Amino acid sequence: MQLQLRKYTQSLKTIRTIEQLRQGVQGMSTIYFDESIILLDVEAKTREDVLHVMGGNLAKKGLVKMSFIDAIIARETEFATGLPTTGVSVAIPHTDVEHVNQKTISVAVLKDTVEFGVMGDPDETTPVKIVFMLAMDQAHDQLALLQRLMKVFQNAAALNYLANEKSKTNIKNLLAEKLDFALEGGE
Amino acid sequence: MMSKKKQVLVACGAGIATSTVVNGAIEEMAKENNLSLDLVQIKIAEVGGYVETADLLVTTAMTKKEYPFPVINARSFLTGIGVEDTKKQILEELKK
Repeated sequence: MQLQLRKYTQSLKTIRTIEQLRQGVQGMSTIYFDESIILLDVEAKTREDVLHVMGGNLAKKGLVKMSFIDAIIARETEFATGLPTTGVSVAIPHTDVEHVNQKTISVAVLKDTVEFGVMGDPDETTPVKIVFMLAMDQAHDQLALLQRLMKVFQNAAALNYLANEKSKTNIKNLLAEKLDFALEGGE
Repeated sequence: MMSKKKQVLVACGAGIATSTVVNGAIEEMAKENNLSLDLVQIKIAEVGGYVETADLLVTTAMTKKEYPFPVINARSFLTGIGVEDTKKQILEELKK
């Protein structure tokens, strides 16, 4: 009886260790990333359109709550996230953690560029070609992931590749490698 | 002489994404320069609560509001464009 109990506790411990290891790869929670949250040739006239399409897709998949869409549009209006880079301009719309069910980064390549306000320069806009919508579920645990994402922004060749690549799988693979996350939810 | 740790606020709109990156960059910079800092990562809306204690605000969400401490735009930490200038600016403020 006691032996069984000890075995049981032992296996529980093992399970917990595996879980911790898995989480350790990417902070406190796993990231959802597959082709279904990569959108290509997105036709949009305004940044609100873009955020609607991307946010709506995430909500439909249950990765974010419906409230995420309005929240991310309001946040973008108040604090713009457009970033001019040495390659194509990007934007990183995001909002508070309470609107998020599962951490994910959705990517949209726009058919034609859409003007986004420049982060930190409310009076300026930049023609954005690629939008990385960050749905973060923890406030401070994704430093490494975000740092790697910013590295992509400093890599003009990678951005130009993403802007022109027609295969979602190729985009997924490139980002998975550059951002170094174990793929979750791809099955 | 530095009598007390300087309090540096790192703020973005949500206190999630960009401030996390900027916070990491400043931590690294402080280590390289042997500076001991009191880094506080917040949302820009929370800055008001620190007007009495903060020495510097580094932010990606520049506001037109006036503060009793200097404000430095941190966008270059994200794009890499002009990052050395921004670091120099921050260091100058911290060494005052």
